[in-house]
Amino acid sequence: MNVKIEVKNLIKIFGTQPQRALKLLQAGKTKEQILEETGYTVGINNVSFSVHEGEIFVVMGLSGSGKSTILRCLNLLMEPTSGVIMVDGQDITKLKAVDLRKVRQEKMAMVFQQFALLPHRTVLQNAVYGLEVQGIPREEREEKARKCLEMVGLGGWEDKYPDELSGGMKQRVGLARALTNDPDILLMDEAFSALDPLIREEMQDELLNLQQRMNKTIVFITHDLNEALKLGDRIAFLRGGSLIQVGTPEEIITSPADDYVARFVRGVDRTKILTIQDVMKKPQPVVRLSDGPNVALRIMKENGISSVFVVDRSRQIHGLVTADLALEASKSGIRVLSEMDLIQAPTIYQDVLVQEALPLIAESKLPLAVLDQEKRLVGIIIRGAVLAALAEDGGEVDVSNSIR
Amino acid sequence: MYRIPLGKWVNSGVDWLDLTIGPTLRNFADYVSDNIIGKLGTGLAAIPWWLLILVFVALAWRAGRWRLSLGTFLGLLLIYNLKLWPVFIETLVLVLVSALVSIVIGVPLGITAARSDRFHRAIAPLLDFMQTMPAFVYLIPALMFFGLGTVPSIFSTVIFAMPPAIRLTDLGIRQVPTDLVEVGEAFGSSPWQMLWKIQLPVALPTIMAGVNQTMMLSLSMVVIASMIGAGGFGAGVLYGIAQMNVGVGFENGVAVVILAIILDRLSQGFSSSKRTAEK
Repeated sequence: MNVKIEVKNLIKIFGTQPQRALKLLQAGKTKEQILEETGYTVGINNVSFSVHEGEIFVVMGLSGSGKSTILRCLNLLMEPTSGVIMVDGQDITKLKAVDLRKVRQEKMAMVFQQFALLPHRTVLQNAVYGLEVQGIPREEREEKARKCLEMVGLGGWEDKYPDELSGGMKQRVGLARALTNDPDILLMDEAFSALDPLIREEMQDELLNLQQRMNKTIVFITHDLNEALKLGDRIAFLRGGSLIQVGTPEEIITSPADDYVARFVRGVDRTKILTIQDVMKKPQPVVRLSDGPNVALRIMKENGISSVFVVDRSRQIHGLVTADLALEASKSGIRVLSEMDLIQAPTIYQDVLVQEALPLIAESKLPLAVLDQEKRLVGIIIRGAVLAALAEDGGEVDVSNSIR
Repeated sequence: MYRIPLGKWVNSGVDWLDLTIGPTLRNFADYVSDNIIGKLGTGLAAIPWWLLILVFVALAWRAGRWRLSLGTFLGLLLIYNLKLWPVFIETLVLVLVSALVSIVIGVPLGITAARSDRFHRAIAPLLDFMQTMPAFVYLIPALMFFGLGTVPSIFSTVIFAMPPAIRLTDLGIRQVPTDLVEVGEAFGSSPWQMLWKIQLPVALPTIMAGVNQTMMLSLSMVVIASMIGAGGFGAGVLYGIAQMNVGVGFENGVAVVILAIILDRLSQGFSSSKRTAEK
């Protein structure tokens, strides 16, 4: 994975003479002390992270956490007080105005929270803005813009003015304007926050769709954790200008770095993020096809369970045997499990979302067998364990009682 | 108590200016009034009166609804009927030239003020001064520098009418929403592109409001400037006062009102209909 953007020790202090405040900060004073002593606000406090090529990197935080400031530092709409911002290995904070303009024109484009369409320009004229600034000939830029408008579903709307569009359509124009530039990097500042919930979901899906085709590097700012979890390949948690945690949605959900993140994560609909893999139990114990019914009985007795999965040598699943069946088989003189009729256990693949598996889990009275892509048994699903995983922070729960 | 000789200082300052650059200015004034304003006047006067009325009606049609066109038609017809047509042309030239000069100087100054806080702070008191100083006071130095005639009238009119053009251009550009300016920057616009493609177009309604005010102030000042030989309707009003002839004063006054309304509605109409007309 290539690193596209690398931010090192980014500090942003608001005010006209931030150098004194910067010295205090570097001397180890806290934000609060600096505010008290100098009256200056530390917007971003020593933040470092890197964004990989082709990923959606979500910066998540509440208002005042500095998330918009970070985004604006990435294209230098705001000048960092100190720190390094590398884009494709080039420190853009050191660039001259003309070169910075080049980088902005060619490498990055921005989508704004309040759409920020130019009111005196039509949809098409808005979409071509970036290319117009670069001096691309009219026909060429309009052709590209038309393609992008088509792509975001605005074909036929080229000659309308922004005040004739709904919020969702305006943001589509905003997106098309950014895409027309064909930038490597998309900076999206709460791009969907101003839209109503249904349109927001629609736009999120659309962005994911587009991203599959385009494979841009996207930095997405949001205050909505569900949005962050849905869109993000990785999420950076920001609080009070400091970075608390960077991780995949699952890492954030299952092992929040501190109470703050944990409190956030508590309200999340876990079924949309967690996969079967996250909630399954280890498939122990199991019995082999070559084992006899008495072995199965003993194992069940030892583990205090009433059924056990039967696998072959390559861990392919062959079925389930219950204590009743094993006892019966033993009485009727069957020596190996392969000779008896096993119960066909319900199976499910490990990468299915819990949400999609819920009906199956709810209906089944037997434990579910979890399979990997090669159909090997890698885990079992027990109703109680699923509930526990959804309710808590994914900690280990003793579920041995729940299958009795 | 010691009385500060403010008036004396101003007088000696003006005297000195008059001595050093006075003759040059008067030559300039003669040149301008003969070659530019005079020719513009004769040019407009050469157009048949009915054709000019039609031009105005057509402009009114574009800028507004049929009511504005009808009003324009009747108003101008009345002015012609009162035999004030040459005076109307005279006034129109004065107003348009003054307003044009005010705008040509004022809008760039406004743009500068919007871009530089220091300049903005520096000219704010100057603009206050220009607007609150009784308009008559400008007539005196204008008269001294340029002599009697149209040029000193235009000079004092420009001083009086320019502040709104500066102020509203400044205000309009400062009021351009931050995120639109950010769009300009984020897509890598040069300062010049930012100005032409984003700031000026977005600020246009406000700037046009300034242009409208400048026109109105020009008209009112042109009437006052008749005291130093501007001619036009103001001269008629002045004659009415001097002769205690209410009728003449009223006729000229009504003509001023008609011209004011037409200019006001036209400039307003064009600023607001730009975008909606294309809908």
